[in-house]
Amino acid sequence: MFEILKKQELSENITLFEIDAKDIAKKAEPGNFIVLRIHEEGERIPLTIADFDRERGTLTTVFQKVGKTTHHLGTLNEGDFISDVIGPLGINSHIENFGKVVCVGGGVGIAPVYPIARALKHAGNHVFSIIGARTKSLLFWEDRMRQVSDELIVTTDDGSCGRKAVVTIPLEELLKEHTDIKLVIAIGPAIMMKFVCKTTEKYNVKTVVSLNSIMIDGTGMCGGCRVEVGGETKFCCVDGPDFDGHKVDFDLLMERQKMYLDEERTAFERYKAALGG
Amino acid sequence: MGTEPEKQDKKTKTRVRMKEQEPAERARNFREVPFGYTPEEAVEEASRCLSCKNPPCREGCPVEVEIPQFIRLIKEGNFLEACYTIKQKNALPAVCGRVCPQENQCEARCIVGKKGDPVAIGNLERFAADYEAEKGEVRIPEKPRATGRKVAIIGSGPGGLTCASDLIMSGHEVTMFEALHKPGGVLVYGIPEFRLPKVIVEREVGYIRKLGVEVVTNAVIGRLFTVDELLNEKGYDACFIATGAGLPMFLGIPGENFNGVYSANEFLTRANLMKAYLFPEYDTPIKRPGRVAVFGAGNVAMDSARVALRLGAEKVYLVYRRSEAEMPARKAEIHHAKEEGVEFVLLTNPVRFLDDGNGNLRAVECIRMELGEPDESGRRRPVPVEGSEFEMEIDVAIPALGAKANPLLLKTLPDLRLNRRGYIIAEEETGMTSKRGVFAGGDIVTGAATVILAMGAGKKVARAINGYLKWKYWDVSGFIEQ
Ligand SMILES: Cc1cc2nc3c(=O)[nH]c(=O)nc-3n(C[C@H](O)[C@H](O)[C@H](O)COP(=O)(O)OP(=O)(O)OC[C@H]3O[C@@H](n4cnc5c(N)ncnc54)[C@H](O)[C@@H]3O)c2cc1C
Ligand SMILES: Cc1cc2nc3c(=O)[nH]c(=O)nc-3n(C[C@H](O)[C@H](O)[C@H](O)COP(=O)(O)OP(=O)(O)OC[C@H]3O[C@@H](n4cnc5c(N)ncnc54)[C@H](O)[C@@H]3O)c2cc1C
Ligand code: SF4
Ligand code: FES
Repeated sequence: MFEILKKQELSENITLFEIDAKDIAKKAEPGNFIVLRIHEEGERIPLTIADFDRERGTLTTVFQKVGKTTHHLGTLNEGDFISDVIGPLGINSHIENFGKVVCVGGGVGIAPVYPIARALKHAGNHVFSIIGARTKSLLFWEDRMRQVSDELIVTTDDGSCGRKAVVTIPLEELLKEHTDIKLVIAIGPAIMMKFVCKTTEKYNVKTVVSLNSIMIDGTGMCGGCRVEVGGETKFCCVDGPDFDGHKVDFDLLMERQKMYLDEERTAFERYKAALGG
Repeated sequence: MGTEPEKQDKKTKTRVRMKEQEPAERARNFREVPFGYTPEEAVEEASRCLSCKNPPCREGCPVEVEIPQFIRLIKEGNFLEACYTIKQKNALPAVCGRVCPQENQCEARCIVGKKGDPVAIGNLERFAADYEAEKGEVRIPEKPRATGRKVAIIGSGPGGLTCASDLIMSGHEVTMFEALHKPGGVLVYGIPEFRLPKVIVEREVGYIRKLGVEVVTNAVIGRLFTVDELLNEKGYDACFIATGAGLPMFLGIPGENFNGVYSANEFLTRANLMKAYLFPEYDTPIKRPGRVAVFGAGNVAMDSARVALRLGAEKVYLVYRRSEAEMPARKAEIHHAKEEGVEFVLLTNPVRFLDDGNGNLRAVECIRMELGEPDESGRRRPVPVEGSEFEMEIDVAIPALGAKANPLLLKTLPDLRLNRRGYIIAEEETGMTSKRGVFAGGDIVTGAATVILAMGAGKKVARAINGYLKWKYWDVSGFIEQ
């Protein structure tokens, strides 16, 4: 059992938990994720480790309420327990002093990009960050991202905060202006990562993305998380989730993410009905 | 219960059949297929045993259960003692009575089997174990004196469970680490409810906990702790790796990543471990299939096909490139699958998967095979018949081709020697590996095998760990070339 030590609503539908998980915190590195299961009847879902505190033995995770499990998770409070937390899983993000780098976080993807940006900054990189969301009320962690970036650009689709643009617009401007950018890291919805990669391909800048395929165990045992990278099948949970974005088959990823749409709808509607709402 | 009168001369050639659910009914539910013997049936079957002086059956059992002895106790109506007798050698009789391939082991050697059905040893083993559980008279042995030694066991399948129970009974402190949220290994995530009810596995794990073994779930060793940390920082004196062969294999043909293509591991894990057949009471979804093709013909393939039926599939094909005679699954499972309506498509191999244009599986293209010359395994090699390609409409495909070694833990152990296939090299009698203090056994050494062989390995390793903790003697030069 893992206790929720802190809960914070970051935006309209995005929640932060700090979880007591001493052993996992000790080993966590940027790029890692956990798998959690709320209770006996629950499913196993992966969430990125958005931060960790080795001294206090805590993990921070930030999740967007999209379906049954994440909504249920959002009803838990400080002092409540999560039945199972497994981790740290996935390969560590590759951190070194590349020179100039851009970190792009879209939507809830701002959270997982944060520890990577911080590590890159510590490693001596010049960090540009771009964070974007549909609208102002969905944005979070502007302050945190500012602290670990040399330059931060905020975008919203509707212009309610920062620039009215999608993240690829300022990204392209940066790539044009700074031809010595060595690396772009992009985490967000698959469609955003796809377009980031299309943009960076033109400038031939290496791009690392963090893929979010449907998972169960997260240890390489089921193969359900298969993605195609450079024409080869990879298991996202153990071979990734970080991959060379220029080689990823995003269309396959997006199709596979839709595998259980009907079941997800059933589960969510049943859940809402049980809540009487 | 009184002793049945001996009727030595009236031995029947046929065994007492274990009653089971009717095929049409059971193919639509997840309840256990056979019902088990009643005490009367058990006594009747037990009295078919000749109580041989040099019982060949015992030699056929990898852990040498005292077979004639426990069968005699059943015959005498002393069911609890029968169970205790089995448990001296086999800590998991309720499991083994259900899933061991007795037809290749103890029962294959039974003298009675020369002229008729062999004695139903597996059925009797199951009966004795279930009787004990039902009576609730599970004996918890007295705790031996503590040795002050600590052993870490990685993996909670049959290998890990057996080793843990033997070591705790030797007085050591034992911690068993399991990556998943539930202990039991293949017994919980692979073998379906209708062949091995999960309450039985829970009971066995509960027993091992009562003996004093600490079971730590959600512990992915290699990530959460490394083996070196367990040995050098956490105070463990020895470590047993029993992580099984849990890496799924795919066919390597085009279209394998379409929605609807599941590895057998994924399909079974969703259904068994996550209880997706109870969706939406349980959250994990699984595709409710219409038409399914399973590729392969081992136990894993049979289990996948039978689970698909129970999820409501209208058609389940089992596609195999050889003929029925070569199928590696247990005869009983092949029989069960057929009875329930699984259609065998033999001498056929898949070529590629086809989709509906949106990445959802629509069909599989197959090619007919014929048997050519025998290969290394002595079985006739299937060769494709040119121009015989045809399509089968399906919406779920399940490659069930066996498993490989999962590298997650192994790659954090550079000083552990692996064989060509990626399994750990360990001495057969002791499980000693190239790394001092580290033992290995079960599927992670042999490749996918059986429950009882993993248990046998767990036993041998427990004995070897006892020796090692006493003498600290480590010499593997005999089998690991330097
Ligand atoms: C490595 C990784 C890291 C992730 N990190 C985060 C994170 O930090 N914050 C966050 O909000 N989300 C993260 N996700 C996505 C998150 O796991 C899903 O949003 C969540 O599982 C949805 O569950 P649900 O029941 O609420 O919604 P559902 O209605 O069940 O699903 C909504 C969508 O989420 C995806 N999804 C469903 N089940 C799973 C599953 N078992 N595994 C993966 N994806 C699934 C599907 O594409 C689905 O269409 C991550 C995913 C992966 C693979
Ligand atoms: C579907 C199916 C049906 C089968 N049917 C039969 C049958 O009828 N009869 C029969 O005799 N055999 C059968 N088998 C084979 C039998 O189940 C296996 O041979 C046996 O379970 C092997 O035992 P094991 O202890 O070596 O490993 P497993 O049972 O595989 O257990 C290994 C455990 O280790 C855990 N683990 C792995 N890596 C780590 C890590 N890094 N850290 C912590 N834990 C880890 C795994 O999660 C797993 O729980 C079947 C197998 C399958 C898949
Ligand atoms: S060989 Fe068969 S008949 Fe003889 S003792 Fe063993 S089980 Fe009984
Ligand atoms: S989630 Fe099962 S192999 Fe990746």
